Amino acid sequence: MADHSHEHSQEHPDNPIKYYVGVFLLLMVMTGLTVYVAQFDLEKHWGPLNALVALTIAVIKATAVVLIFMHVRWSSRLTQVIVVSAVFWLLIMLSFTVSDYFTRGGWPTTLGK
Amino acid sequence: MEQQKEAGMVGMWIFLLTEVMFFGGLFLAYTIYRTTYPQGFLYGSHLLNVPLGGTNTMVLIISSLTMAMAVYSSQKGDRKKLIGFLAITLALGLVFLVIKYFEYRAKIDTHLFPAAQFYNPVTPQVDPHHGVPVNLRKEVQVFLWIYFLMTGLHALHMIVGAGILITLIILAQKGKFTRTYNSPVEISGLYWHFVDIVWIFLFPLLYLTGFHVGGGH
Repeated sequence: MADHSHEHSQEHPDNPIKYYVGVFLLLMVMTGLTVYVAQFDLEKHWGPLNALVALTIAVIKATAVVLIFMHVRWSSRLTQVIVVSAVFWLLIMLSFTVSDYFTRGGWPTTLGK
Repeated sequence: MEQQKEAGMVGMWIFLLTEVMFFGGLFLAYTIYRTTYPQGFLYGSHLLNVPLGGTNTMVLIISSLTMAMAVYSSQKGDRKKLIGFLAITLALGLVFLVIKYFEYRAKIDTHLFPAAQFYNPVTPQVDPHHGVPVNLRKEVQVFLWIYFLMTGLHALHMIVGAGILITLIILAQKGKFTRTYNSPVEISGLYWHFVDIVWIFLFPLLYLTGFHVGGGH
């Protein structure tokens, strides 16, 4: 019974440095990429495309930090469930509130002078 | 011992979950205002300094690597390396805050702090409009409020993080951490990486949103 609380999804590697350096390089490349892509006007193709690309890159970066730097890849199931639930509740808050705001109408879309 | 450590880590993750919702509320405000005032956000984003923001992004990424190395060193029981990596992480955190200070200073000096003296320069060499059309100024003010609120709250977390790092360095020098007892280092590492993740989202959403609008401002 007691062993369940120590159940690890994967064994922590003896030498994680190569993972850390890998994530570091990924983060650096992705930062360069997000600045590079942001120069192009993708909105002429589709309104939210610039924001979508920027957010996709940011989510990839954040996932790498959570899995490797924060050891979630090697953490207990309990920790992994907490991490997933954090993302889940955040998405509920964002999606419910945004859908409420933009389906009511009457929200002022200009502030004037 | 193992169970105590696990309990500590889970407790920290629960705290980080509340932090996600805390910052999440501000990201929600950002989403609603950006959708409502897209032009104001484009012009507002243009007022931010991308090279400085980009430099700070890289500073935080390097500091996350050194923090991960500090945690690894503590797990190996290598006190010298632990103190070294903690000190580098602290130094990088301070570099971030100094750069942030100069960014804020520049905004306040050019009357872009969205308060009483907003767009009201006493020095004639400052363009009071910053190239922002008259009808968009109030919207740009909303963007700058969001900018100062979100980066300010992030900077506050960085200051707290610097305090935590100083505490860890003092404790490490006293020899408090061993191969078997290093939870404070690991838990602080989680906090530091979380603050880095917040910036990973802030940088593109605030600095790069108007980057593709050439010629403007």
